Amino acid sequence: MKSIEAVNEFVIRFANVNGTGSASANAMFGKSVFRMGIPVSPKNIFPSNIQGLPTWYEVRVSEKNYLGRRGGVDIAVAINPQSMAQDMTDLNPGGFFIYDNTKALDLRLHRDDVNLIGLPLTDICRREYSQARQRQLFKNVIYIGALSALLDIEFSVLTDLVGAQFKGKEKLIASNIHALELGYQYAQDNFSCPLSIRLERRDLIGDRVLLEGNDALALGAVYGGATVVPWYPLTPSTSVIEGFEKYANRLRIDPGSGDRRFCVAQAEDELAAIGMVIGASWNGARSFTATSGPGLSLMSEFLGLAYFAEVPAVLFDIQRAGPSTGMPTRTQQSDIFAAAYASHGDSKHVLLIPADPKECFEMSADSFDLAERLQTPVIVMSDLDLGMNDNLCAPLEWDDNREYDRGKVLSAEDLDNMTERYGRYLDVDGDGICYRTLPGTHPEKGAFFTRGTSRNEYAVYTEFGDAYVKNMERLNAKMETAKSYVPGPVTYKASKKTRDGVIFYGTSTDASLEALDILAEQGLHLDALRLRAFPFSKEVTDFIESHDRIFVIEQNRDAQMRKLLIIECDLNPKKLLSYVHYDGMPMTALGVSGHIGEVLGKNNITPIRKGKAGAKS
Amino acid sequence: MSYIRPSFRHPNAEANAKGFARKDYEAALSTLCAGCGHDSVSSAIIQSCFELGVEPHRVAKISGIGCSSKTPTYFLGKSHGFNSVHGRMPSVATGANMANRDLLYVGVSGDGDTASIGLGQFGHVTRRNLNMSYIVENNGCYGLTKGQDSATTDIGSKSKKGAPNPFEPIDLCALALQLGATFVARSFSGDKEQLVPLLKAAMSHNGFAFIDVISPCVTFNNTAASSKGYEFVRDHMEATGKIDFVPVRSEITADYKPGFSEEITLHDGSVIHLYKDGKLDCTDRKSALNAISEYSEKGQVLTGLLYVDPDSRDFHNIQQTVDQPLNSLTEIDLCPGSRALAAINASLR
Repeated sequence: MKSIEAVNEFVIRFANVNGTGSASANAMFGKSVFRMGIPVSPKNIFPSNIQGLPTWYEVRVSEKNYLGRRGGVDIAVAINPQSMAQDMTDLNPGGFFIYDNTKALDLRLHRDDVNLIGLPLTDICRREYSQARQRQLFKNVIYIGALSALLDIEFSVLTDLVGAQFKGKEKLIASNIHALELGYQYAQDNFSCPLSIRLERRDLIGDRVLLEGNDALALGAVYGGATVVPWYPLTPSTSVIEGFEKYANRLRIDPGSGDRRFCVAQAEDELAAIGMVIGASWNGARSFTATSGPGLSLMSEFLGLAYFAEVPAVLFDIQRAGPSTGMPTRTQQSDIFAAAYASHGDSKHVLLIPADPKECFEMSADSFDLAERLQTPVIVMSDLDLGMNDNLCAPLEWDDNREYDRGKVLSAEDLDNMTERYGRYLDVDGDGICYRTLPGTHPEKGAFFTRGTSRNEYAVYTEFGDAYVKNMERLNAKMETAKSYVPGPVTYKASKKTRDGVIFYGTSTDASLEALDILAEQGLHLDALRLRAFPFSKEVTDFIESHDRIFVIEQNRDAQMRKLLIIECDLNPKKLLSYVHYDGMPMTALGVSGHIGEVLGKNNITPIRKGKAGAKS
Repeated sequence: MSYIRPSFRHPNAEANAKGFARKDYEAALSTLCAGCGHDSVSSAIIQSCFELGVEPHRVAKISGIGCSSKTPTYFLGKSHGFNSVHGRMPSVATGANMANRDLLYVGVSGDGDTASIGLGQFGHVTRRNLNMSYIVENNGCYGLTKGQDSATTDIGSKSKKGAPNPFEPIDLCALALQLGATFVARSFSGDKEQLVPLLKAAMSHNGFAFIDVISPCVTFNNTAASSKGYEFVRDHMEATGKIDFVPVRSEITADYKPGFSEEITLHDGSVIHLYKDGKLDCTDRKSALNAISEYSEKGQVLTGLLYVDPDSRDFHNIQQTVDQPLNSLTEIDLCPGSRALAAINASLR
């Protein structure tokens, strides 16, 4: 049997039982790869459960800097008996199967084409620890220690991480390091270390950071000046709000009084949460909430109100697998339609689509400027994969000269200097955006009634069809204006001239970019475009027009973005092909390249059967 | 219902302490049915704000959907208003209040808007003790959709449609008391003498002030067999006591018999004078709940001030937000800057 040989280029997957403390031990592994200067992309695959169900931690290690999922597993750390059969099946030939051999491996699981590494984890724990909880927790630390020997993780990197994690708790530091040593020693004594798959220190991280997208959204909201933060708990969006509160408690306390320069309120449901955002934004504060698919559905009516009454609102949608409750802890990009066209009647919303935490940070801060500039909801479309996993990205940056764009808001002085009658919905400069006033601004001037009913340019209730149509046309004009404000797409040119292209967005980016490299090696070249916003700007339609065949790569069943492009850009549907992946796991590079390679290959090569038919006759 | 409001005002019409005339609190003409109880409530709100000397532009009027929710167009024309979506006024008011604690928030809702579609939001804004006056114009029916029974319609009460209501009614005052409201009152649109001082006290209260105003629907629910009609309410109304409201810094000139009165001083120094006859203790929640059910069993409607907690701490006090309105904070107050971000980046390596 030939073992896989790899230095800094492999996939390792930990299989654990939820609630046994494996998450922090596994995170230590991910962080140690990062600390050794090697690009790493860990993904938590967890159940909608607090204790007992299977959970996985899949880590892509790639010195070529590929950060998406590759597909396949080279090393399985199979700690969970429930999932052991599946974990064995998923392992690549030549891979390593690390398991607890206190109990002999079920004969039915044996494979001749993989290496078995048995660690007597339960035995060691039984010998070393008396308490059940200790036995459970340290089992995780012991296998990390073993991996240190097996994969050549620098031991000092691990001890530093333990020291930082338990800072000030010397007893815990000592006991954790002891557990690491137990595993390390056992592996050294019983196996030829390191294995043919291993790590080696590099300097490939630079100044990059490792953080979760939700944390970055939260920080962006702190920097972007959000003060009013109503919310309702919903996986996978909850940690956005927890993050905001964490950073705001650190960075937004009035030094004199100790009072808060923010207000976080747990609402009774998502309807109330978005209602509060709208009330606060109407009243001139920057406000946001975070939710996921089920919450977005509930918010629809209010989003329509904000669109029609032209009230700014910022919403972070951390997408998960739908419809309905779906798979609450699995990822998808399936709220595209629900967000773009949320609410009844003709309505349309601005979407921003980040692909890494740095963009989460930037788009979060920008969303407040955009919402106030455009006086309409802005929805940032993240997902569970980006939001709840540590993602490697460039460091976050902030320009201290940046001023918030509060949009068209009239001050008391502006109102005093006005000679003509103020019209809340009067487009005075042709961009579709009208001037608003905030409650309490002026004793005599500028008050108006905000409503979801039709009204004329002076905010007076009307049922005249002409006035209604004029207003709806202006809202369309405003969406045209939005195209010049939203972030444009990012394009990637193939090394050879091509008429084929791909379009992807958000968390489909890393796997797609790697797939393009794989395809290029096969001689298949495609240009690429990464969407970053809706409505689509001209650069998007230009890209589509300059290619003959375009694959739209995304993570939902119905190819929602492909259809949105067809509808909004008035395209011939045949021109846009599709690759969808929607099993709830992040998509893989091999999945993307396999599909595109097959389609392009078929079309480029003369089908064999056709040739044979000619020969026979 | 009239289509033209005369522009003539009495030349000697007095201005209030802040220099505003009564007309500064008026607004567009009502488009509700002639004789609608809601128009009397609008008029009482105008009078209350005038007498309190509220600056009109420092009021925010917020409503949901329905006949009642239309009324903010008909009072305080110099205030910003927000006619939101059905049953969701409380959340919009909560957000607005979080953004700017310095305005006076007047929420207007109806029995459908509050007791049916908006029951959840009503419950939670009450629990939050948001600093606002929440007025329900309660007519026991859905007016704008032509007279269906609502959740506050009493058992057996008959609207114009003629069928007696078979379901248990929701008593919004009792509910508000159970959910922790810090000011609860009930009144009648036809009794301005009682309603105006209650509104003034509600607007001066620091916290959630709820007033359930029985406000008959002349078109669909003013029948002899309706318990929300003018006739029934006049005949069955019992007041907890006569009430006077003395705003802060005003000289107390009210003339009352010492043995029959009680004074309740609110957080800002204004005083509620109650001329009562021992029906209940207005600072005791349990006493208020008992009195409501006692009178309800007798088929009577207990009106007036039911409960007030003068030491109430509002949502901002609970949340420990800064004194300055959050919407007035700028980049300097809000943005931690690049140095702090560099430290955060370092912690993420």
